[in-house]
Amino acid sequence: MSALALTSFTATSAIGRGLDATLASLRAQRSGLAPCRFESAAIETCVGEVAGVDEVTLPRELREFDCRNNRLAWLALAQDGFTAAVAQCVAQHGARRIGVFLGTSTSGILETEIAYRHRDSASGALPREFRYRGAHSTFSLAAFTKRALELAGPAAVISCACSSSAKVFASARRAIEAGLIDAAVVGGVDSLCLTTLYGFHALQLVARTPCRPFDAARDGISIGEAAAFALLERPAEDLDSAGVLLLGTGESSDAYHMSTPPPDGRGARAAMLQALDAAGLEPGDIGYINFHGTGTPSNDAAEGSAVASVLGKEIPGSSTKGATGHTLGAAGALEAVICALALKASLMPGGVNTTQVDPTVPVSYLRENRCVPLARVMSNSFGFGGSNCSLILALAG
Amino acid sequence: MDTLRAAIESVGVLGPGLPDWPTTACVLRDSSPWARSATVLPQPIALAGAERRRTGAVVRLTLAVGLEATGRSEIDPAKLPTVFSSSSGDGQNCHEICATLASADRQLSPTRFHNSVHNAPAGYWGIATGATAAANSLCAHDASFGAGLLEAICQVNVERTHVLLIAYDTSYPEPMHSVRAIPDAFAVALLLAPARAAAALAHIELSLGDEPADHLQDAALEQLRAAVPAARSLPLLAHVARGTSGRVCIDYLDGASIALEVSRAPGS
Repeated sequence: MSALALTSFTATSAIGRGLDATLASLRAQRSGLAPCRFESAAIETCVGEVAGVDEVTLPRELREFDCRNNRLAWLALAQDGFTAAVAQCVAQHGARRIGVFLGTSTSGILETEIAYRHRDSASGALPREFRYRGAHSTFSLAAFTKRALELAGPAAVISCACSSSAKVFASARRAIEAGLIDAAVVGGVDSLCLTTLYGFHALQLVARTPCRPFDAARDGISIGEAAAFALLERPAEDLDSAGVLLLGTGESSDAYHMSTPPPDGRGARAAMLQALDAAGLEPGDIGYINFHGTGTPSNDAAEGSAVASVLGKEIPGSSTKGATGHTLGAAGALEAVICALALKASLMPGGVNTTQVDPTVPVSYLRENRCVPLARVMSNSFGFGGSNCSLILALAG
Repeated sequence: MDTLRAAIESVGVLGPGLPDWPTTACVLRDSSPWARSATVLPQPIALAGAERRRTGAVVRLTLAVGLEATGRSEIDPAKLPTVFSSSSGDGQNCHEICATLASADRQLSPTRFHNSVHNAPAGYWGIATGATAAANSLCAHDASFGAGLLEAICQVNVERTHVLLIAYDTSYPEPMHSVRAIPDAFAVALLLAPARAAAALAHIELSLGDEPADHLQDAALEQLRAAVPAARSLPLLAHVARGTSGRVCIDYLDGASIALEVSRAPGS
């Protein structure tokens, strides 16, 4: 594939609003996980909640999209000059030539969960103010973002559970390569809701204490929320050597089970190999891997086997979910942005919360930050339904 | 914009009174009347017992049309990348989850939760067929068919591969039905291939524009087209059924439309 430039990017999660705060947290190995006080959830777990989402007010012309998920998106779009960078891209290419490809798993379902508590006692009808299209609909995130950024090109929400916002990079680069568009806003936004808290709890996949990816005693995930965006364009000829490129994408399916990966991680392996092939790289070209690393016993074991079989067991890697929580449909984009930060800051972020790395998993798991120049990194994202996606990012220099 | 081309190698359809592609093609050719009746979803026999019991309407619907399309081709479904597009997930399942979370006892069924992901049909498709290639699941509200077609045709042109597009929608029970009134389940599967002279039902050339979308002459079918996002495919299917060449416009986003030049031979 032809490389694309991430000409602007931003992320907002439990470890910070915008890139500076996110990088500061990574440098300090600070976790944003805290005991769950979200809404009416009565589950003993920790979550990565973004501060201040409830206080966000959408402008009047976007009010029809009001819901926690779109407020979080709005908060993130306002950081790091992202909106201005998109406006500049519109001036260059035209609003019709810029696509919007965003990942989410639950969109605005929190509004529906709350509306169900306020159904008419006689008829069962939802409250009159309930908005399907603007809040509940899975597409609402892309419709909102498209309107907020005043774009007029193709748009879609990709909803493949926890691989959603990694896969948006692959769809966007195909649309650019096909000549359908010149640039794309990609990203992912997922926000806390009761469906995921109670759902993962029902599957016994939720940890009581902050999640410990790749720890010998790991016992599940901590759910987080995040919004992350990137602007993808063909690289300019005078691209700064500190610019970040998307070099490869790989996608595969497990064809195995709805919520568990095959123990050998063969689907993950296929996605990683495809990403290397698309980038024209050898395994030894990758300097760091950001694991999907959810913290469940079976996920981390399968991913560890897969990574060792492709990149070798010496490849330094970590999961940043101990810091941010598992942000589900936003995880792919959030971790792509963290990888972009890692490249620019010459920082392999150490995984927090993990105290004793599982000796049975063949990985070189980083618990401490390592400050070394990085040229190329990989990020893995896997989801329910056996959906796998690997991305390779690099410094232009 | 570069011209995006694809061949339609086979079709699968399931909808109200439309049990398969041959019946649908007859209705769209006006050679038999549309006997509208509730969509009948077949048992998902491609799945083993444990999985079969866990499936809802969206999985049965998508397996049926996907297997019809691949069964009408020489292609092994295990080797195909797929694109699933639907305006929402499993409506019944979503309702049950929201109702449980609004009740005093919030214990969700684990199966209900993993079936709630938008890519559940893609996951079960992989389990049923052994397909390990990329599977994408997306949505664009009422433009979901168009968004799925764009994703699929980009894959066909960029990756030079066959792609199976499955667009589908099911209805919600009340109280969601009142706020999102999809009348019944409808799905279409299109097996798309890189444009070439091989045997194909039709060839398409795609461009984005803002011409108004084509409507269907038959008032009842037009009602179905307008009410179900996946049924926005019907004007295209009518061309394929009749074997006619010409331009067909399909609803897309915010007043935009997707124009398709449909022909019997590639690039003619």
